[in-house]
Amino acid sequence: MAVMKLYGSLLSTAMGRVVACLYEKGLDFEFIPVDMKSGEHKKEPFLSLNPFGQVPAFVDGDLKLFESRAITQYIAHEYADKGTPLVVPGKQMAIVSVWMEVEAHQYDQPAGKLVWELGYKPHFGMQPDNAVVEENEGKLGKVLDVYEARLSQSKYIGGDTFTLADLHHLPTLSYLMDTPAKKLIESRPKVSAWVTDITSRPAWCKAIEFRKQQ
Amino acid sequence: MAVMKLYGSPLSSAVWRVLASLYEKGLDFEFIPPFGQVPAFVDGDLKLFESRAITQYISHEYADKGTPLVVPGKQMAIVSVWMEVEAHQYDPLAGKLAWELGYKPHFGMQPDNAVVEENEGKLGKVLDVYEARLSQSKYIGGDTFTLADLHHLPTLSFLMDTPAKKLIESRPKVSAWVADITSRPAWCKVVEFRKQH
Repeated sequence: MAVMKLYGSLLSTAMGRVVACLYEKGLDFEFIPVDMKSGEHKKEPFLSLNPFGQVPAFVDGDLKLFESRAITQYIAHEYADKGTPLVVPGKQMAIVSVWMEVEAHQYDQPAGKLVWELGYKPHFGMQPDNAVVEENEGKLGKVLDVYEARLSQSKYIGGDTFTLADLHHLPTLSYLMDTPAKKLIESRPKVSAWVTDITSRPAWCKAIEFRKQQ
Repeated sequence: MAVMKLYGSPLSSAVWRVLASLYEKGLDFEFIPPFGQVPAFVDGDLKLFESRAITQYISHEYADKGTPLVVPGKQMAIVSVWMEVEAHQYDPLAGKLAWELGYKPHFGMQPDNAVVEENEGKLGKVLDVYEARLSQSKYIGGDTFTLADLHHLPTLSFLMDTPAKKLIESRPKVSAWVADITSRPAWCKVVEFRKQH
């Protein structure tokens, strides 16, 4: 059977989400780099893998997928019996699902904007926009206050065990911890302990190594 | 067993998303006006929020009732892709247009024409992808109506009552799809509900 293929760029947080998932599951895959600098992702043949021209794209046999959170959910269900369980049975999954939506709709926007301003821009020799940084630090702070309360009742964000709800946060959290915005995390004890826990998972450490080696 | 409770504002498109799934499933529920972030949902001792988590819970828990809103096997991965597309590619743009052209006039405010123009341009590009997709697939996630289609209903419905409807009407496959899904009996019930509250 053909090995799974993951198309993308190592700088991409969305790509990191899928790599983390594949490593948690102990699955083999082939990484096919997409040259975003030359606009490869906006042209054919990449557009036939993702018509929105974004990374990552994923192929498993004759199944072609895009959108990182659809890919991770597919992997988590299709390979449920391999490696770390990333979904849970029964009604508990509804709670995990709530916090997956929270990551996508409440957390990711302000976190993503901060990663862009404080992480990517300096990397490309650009100046951060301080007004945008301040606004999004304020917004992210309010979201993390909710997380602080949640993590006082629950070991992981979706419940008692590590699931996709935690995993989906890893790429942006990891980037933020290398920027001044880390103060938002460090000033909240439960959030801080949770971030330390999930970013030290062997599969995430492997994902970071993978990024460095390419 | 206690009846399910939906907490929310009758004005909220996220509330309508949940209503659509409850009506598709023919499920009884109690509607309770505003409470914190809308919507919130209670089924027995399970408390949920985020409309797309609620609709997914309803679809799986009540899989055998009313309209099937999820599909078995690997096909669900494709439905899942287009659910993510709705949430990440479509909704931020459609939501801004619904706010500028739908809600603002309702509250006596003027739309910001620059924001409208920018988001109409971006939404047009997304709908070009939908036009290509719907040339290969009857519904957005595959051959049958699923959550991937349903999640679009509230904002689509809003947009069809504004000048932005031209973005839909100018694309034949998208237009036919919108006409199809907005004429579903369960969606018509949501529109009725909205009028009565």
